[in-house]
Amino acid sequence: MENVNVNELAKAKAEYRYGFFDEVEYEFKPKKGLDSEVVNMISDIKGEPDWMRKFRLKALEVFWKKPLPTWGADLSALNFDEIYYYLKPKAERSRSWDDVPEKIRNTFEKLGIPEAERKFLAGVEAQYDSEVVYSSIKTDLERQGVIFMTTDEALKHHPDIFKEYFGTVIPIEDNKFAALNSAVWSGGSFIYVPPGVHVEIPLQAYFRINSKHAGQFERTLIIADEGSFVQYVEGCTAPIYTTDALHSAVVEIIVKKNARVRYTTIQNWSTDVYNLVTKRAIAHEDAVMEWVDGNLGSKVTMKYPAVYMVGRGARGEVLSIAFAGNGQHQDAGAKIVHAAPDTKGRITSKSISLGSGRATYRGLVKAYPGASSIKCNVECDALLLSPDARTDTYPYIQVEEEYAQIGHEARVSRLNDEQIFYLMSRGLPKEEAIAMIISGFIEPITKELPLEYAVELNRLIQLEMEGSVG
Amino acid sequence: MLEITNLHAGTEDVEILKGITLTVRAGEVHALMGPNGSGKSTLAKVLAGDPALIVTEGSIKFLGEDVLTLTPDERARMGMFMAFQYPPEISGVTIANFIRTAMNEIRGEEVPVLEYYGLLQETLKKLKLPEDFVLRPLHEGFSGGEKKRSETLQMAVFQPKLTILDEPDSGLDIDALKIVAENINELRSPERGMLLITHYQRILNYVVPDTVHVMLDGRIVMEGGPEVAVELEEKGYEWVKLKVEVT
Repeated sequence: MENVNVNELAKAKAEYRYGFFDEVEYEFKPKKGLDSEVVNMISDIKGEPDWMRKFRLKALEVFWKKPLPTWGADLSALNFDEIYYYLKPKAERSRSWDDVPEKIRNTFEKLGIPEAERKFLAGVEAQYDSEVVYSSIKTDLERQGVIFMTTDEALKHHPDIFKEYFGTVIPIEDNKFAALNSAVWSGGSFIYVPPGVHVEIPLQAYFRINSKHAGQFERTLIIADEGSFVQYVEGCTAPIYTTDALHSAVVEIIVKKNARVRYTTIQNWSTDVYNLVTKRAIAHEDAVMEWVDGNLGSKVTMKYPAVYMVGRGARGEVLSIAFAGNGQHQDAGAKIVHAAPDTKGRITSKSISLGSGRATYRGLVKAYPGASSIKCNVECDALLLSPDARTDTYPYIQVEEEYAQIGHEARVSRLNDEQIFYLMSRGLPKEEAIAMIISGFIEPITKELPLEYAVELNRLIQLEMEGSVG
Repeated sequence: MLEITNLHAGTEDVEILKGITLTVRAGEVHALMGPNGSGKSTLAKVLAGDPALIVTEGSIKFLGEDVLTLTPDERARMGMFMAFQYPPEISGVTIANFIRTAMNEIRGEEVPVLEYYGLLQETLKKLKLPEDFVLRPLHEGFSGGEKKRSETLQMAVFQPKLTILDEPDSGLDIDALKIVAENINELRSPERGMLLITHYQRILNYVVPDTVHVMLDGRIVMEGGPEVAVELEEKGYEWVKLKVEVT
């Protein structure tokens, strides 16, 4: 395998707060673009079983056949031939912090991972380009029988449970980007929580794109067995590059009877990234699934976390916040599917648009025949911070059941001069006054986040706004 | 402390204040009375620096400094405080957090958390407000009376040099009115000045002003001691109008 030096990347000037990057020597770098050779190579390098190779190749066929979706954000500038589909850093996977190569460690230190870990991490899954280079799992988790490892490792070490669930929530054919991920997926987290086990501390992962043209296709699979509970938190930051990067993840979650899963994401991709993610959970009888989803950054985001409630009494909730700055389009929303009686859904969506930013809420509430006595409530609030900012709402409601209570509320507001004057009259400079109004606006979301993320989200939004609100 | 000279101000289309001259010295409480639409609230907002209002003539000096070019936050940091007649609702921000942020700005330094909460608890007790009052989002779903209580709480915590109270009595029952009045009285000191804007004389039974000004159609038309308010209560604003027309 050939070492490719990417030192020249270091010359690029990063303007963005998290736009630093380190020089990492890649031991492998296939050509740009995608064909069956690339897919086979990925499978070879990973030493995967034959069924996974076939799965990937089949997915590649589906990817080619499916047209680009045209119903959402503009994806016409996305060039699939300009993307590397697999990169592997030189580092071997390592459990202890000291074993992590220094250059990579520096990057993570800038992201504050070691500190965050000391505070409350149970385990860290840090993804560096396409491979996880650092991972630590507390022994008590292992004692409880919780499996928390990279998806690649899980395929090797837990092939049976892996094969039973992988690709069952989001099949290859679901959409073009799910097919793409299925063909070239690498990294991501695998979590299995045994029956009755409550994982008290949120499991966390940090993702990062750190190479020009690097695509990131992580694949996450979470299985919460009966009566269990787990919370998973992922935060993403990415350095700025001038060429378009693609992030296309797939997250599949199975929440069994009486179990509860909360999946929290704060994504802050640099503004050249296409962030096209498929997230879906299946909730069985009396299970609870909650998505908390924060979308900042990226050039285009299309993401609609979904909960399919297939068991009686299941609950599904999606809380999302989108921030669309200059030139950005956040096309985000949620899908709540009632496929069983007495199920309850709730969608709370908040968006903020600034400059020429555009925030779209796109949501689906669906009830199948027989899903009687269901309830679903949708609330979306959009805040426009500048005259050119734009927001749209596409709420789809398909209810094929008579006994259903569906509520939908949508509001669009602009910054209120009276509020600003009031806060200023209490000594707050204008920018701080606006920041306070905005942090209040997104408070229903931030109060559901771990404290560090709430603070970070407010700070990131403040940074985005600096000097841009007159 | 506050020197208003020949102040003309209004919106882009309408002149509302038509030459106001008024001086508040340290230690004094001035009452500004007048019927609805006479320009009382406009004056309060102009003093606080509302950017929606335009000053076309005259000057406002606070602590000897011309404040017309200063932003509302700069005036607040100098020690000016205006209790709003209708403070806006701001969702998702608790009163406790809001007051703390404001206090840090006004003091120009981070107030230690323990000191702040101590002060807040003490003030709540004095105002007979429940402890969880400050955990509510700022004015969200508040009754008119509760909003006044929030403004009074802020005034008591900030201890401003100059307090402008825009109808602190409207919408209050007699018990709440007494508490608000007590707090205004408590803040009276030789170093502080106050401008109390009110439609009714009632609050002046509890807060006895040094001077009463009566405003009509953007002008101050009558001035005197507390007895002016009493006479006004008896005879009504129509009497002032007639009197002004006669002279």
